[in-house]
Amino acid sequence: MEKKIKPRGRISLAFASLRRNRFSMLCLWALSVLYGLAICADFVCPYGYQDEDRDFSYCPPTAIEFLDHGKLVRPFIYGRTLTFDAVHRRVYVNDYRQKYSLHFLTGGRLFGVDPPSRFYIWGADARGRDLFSRIWYGARISLSIGLLGVIISFVLGLLIGGIAGYYGGWVDNILMRLCEMFMMVPGFYLMLALRAAVPENFNSVQVYVSVVVILALIGWASLARIIRGMALSLRERDFVLVAKTLGVPDIIIIIKHILPQTISFSCATLMLTVSSYILAEAGLSMVGLGIQDPVPSWGNLLSDAMEIVPVIFAPWILLPGLFIFIAVMCFNVIGDALRDAFDPMFREGI
Amino acid sequence: MFKHIIRRLFSTTFLLLAVSFFTFWLMHATPGNFFDSMRLNPQISKETVDRYEKLYHLKDPLMVQYTHWVINILHGEWGYSLYYNVPVTHVLGSRLFNTFILSFASLLLTWGIAIPLGIWAALRHNQWVDRTLSLFSFAAFSTPGFFLAVLVLYAASRWGGLPLGGMHSPNYDDMGLIERIGDTVLHLVIPATVLSLSSMASLQRIMRGNMLGVLRQQYILAARAKGLPEGVVIYRHALRNAFNPLVTLLGYEFAALLSGAALIEIVCSWPGLGSLLLTAVRSKDVFLVMSSTLLASVLLIIGNWLADILLTLVDPRIRYGKEN
Repeated sequence: MEKKIKPRGRISLAFASLRRNRFSMLCLWALSVLYGLAICADFVCPYGYQDEDRDFSYCPPTAIEFLDHGKLVRPFIYGRTLTFDAVHRRVYVNDYRQKYSLHFLTGGRLFGVDPPSRFYIWGADARGRDLFSRIWYGARISLSIGLLGVIISFVLGLLIGGIAGYYGGWVDNILMRLCEMFMMVPGFYLMLALRAAVPENFNSVQVYVSVVVILALIGWASLARIIRGMALSLRERDFVLVAKTLGVPDIIIIIKHILPQTISFSCATLMLTVSSYILAEAGLSMVGLGIQDPVPSWGNLLSDAMEIVPVIFAPWILLPGLFIFIAVMCFNVIGDALRDAFDPMFREGI
Repeated sequence: MFKHIIRRLFSTTFLLLAVSFFTFWLMHATPGNFFDSMRLNPQISKETVDRYEKLYHLKDPLMVQYTHWVINILHGEWGYSLYYNVPVTHVLGSRLFNTFILSFASLLLTWGIAIPLGIWAALRHNQWVDRTLSLFSFAAFSTPGFFLAVLVLYAASRWGGLPLGGMHSPNYDDMGLIERIGDTVLHLVIPATVLSLSSMASLQRIMRGNMLGVLRQQYILAARAKGLPEGVVIYRHALRNAFNPLVTLLGYEFAALLSGAALIEIVCSWPGLGSLLLTAVRSKDVFLVMSSTLLASVLLIIGNWLADILLTLVDPRIRYGKEN
């Protein structure tokens, strides 16, 4: 009996090869965890992102106690009182008379303690807001902003590159000059200039949208140029001629026949671009031009850390940087693995 | 070649005009200008503010303002920085020099370290040296530069040894020439290292990839078969061919450096072009924003030109103007 062999496309082959790469699978899992926690932030985090208590300014991470007088009890934390040391620095001292036990699954939150005490797994910021909660609420913004920006700049880049390469001539000339215009200004400078056009009194949603648009505008040009080069050679191929003879409209030829041929390149680039956008958003927000304060993003969480004094006394405010690093690294690893997977020439491990 | 240069000059001028107009338009797309904060100050009369706005043509239509600006630039008049209250060229000159020092130092550091490491990794392909370097460069490539800068500054503040930000020590003015250079170099260490780390990582990977590609070529096999010593095969035959594609990168590298430098400059409070632009954007100092964006674009273009010229020098097969 003849065994039927299912034909496999390039994409499924590439994903099969990706699955064999253990490190990139690990990164894929790590990313899923980050995204998962960001989505479930309302449940996972003990506090809202705006929930502040100035009595706990820069409160260090809280230790969870399991033993009370040598006996194993339900996990609890000690209350803390604020004292000042000889040079008037804030020092939080455990008050062993007050005990607050941790509850789980109360009030729609995964865990928490009763007020007036507060539970800071990863410490508090200047206004006594829980860094753990703010990191996961911030992840919603930092992780989605890159994706949205990439989607827009990919649609722009693919379409413009495809059109320029397919038509050639003066269309190509004009579109490519436009690309060069965007590529000629160094990225961060372009970002600042674009940001200058955004009014100061925007609300948080408007700022979010404008940051997405800014990100999208800095990245599309280089992609469009490469896609244009590919389209330039693809349009000479026989299948395009066939489509033309059959009377398929130009735009359909570009979208359905030319652009899918560039998928292997764009898939890998997509991942690498997401990581650069996450970095760009973080940079912009850190210097105070991106997402504005009460709303957290990984970038503006780090803006406190730009001065050295808070970092010395509260090193935990550096934590968001670690998450930026993890997210960026994961996207880079996956992008790199995808590029290798799509490109048979690199299979031998160059 | 001559025709090529002329054509290129022409298109560059056109692009610069387009970029500057775009920036100008962006600056004007938002309501408000530099003098709006003065308007709120009860000590400054309305007439004064109106006079200033008239002086800088801030209420004229966009095209009129832009034309004024272009004509002035062509006369070598870069405008007046409203925030610093001096001509723009005064501020820009020193800032440009500082950014240049920083970029140059990190470019030297990057190429000086990444190229040998790339060659080393390619020669020890898939051995532990190569694997460790790969892992390291992957991590370095993914580390956000601004975050790394904060970390290094934190470490320096803990253990001392290096100055925390800035470009000069407070007693800089009392120093002799040698001491001044030493002082600046000491201040350069942190920003330059941080800035070069991620580009170092990507350059090392590219160099390694190129070298591996070249080492597989037939002419390397031929050279080895001829009985040439391994050193000659690698450094004379393989290296030159692996190095050529990198020269084009130099231009882009420069661009990336400028961008990357902006954030690092801000974090390390290095008085460069990037931190200048940030202040200018925040205070809506139109002329300063225009000039620094223009200057950054010009730098980028010069970088690309240099790369092209270098490429013709290293690779005799490339001749501009005689395409096809």
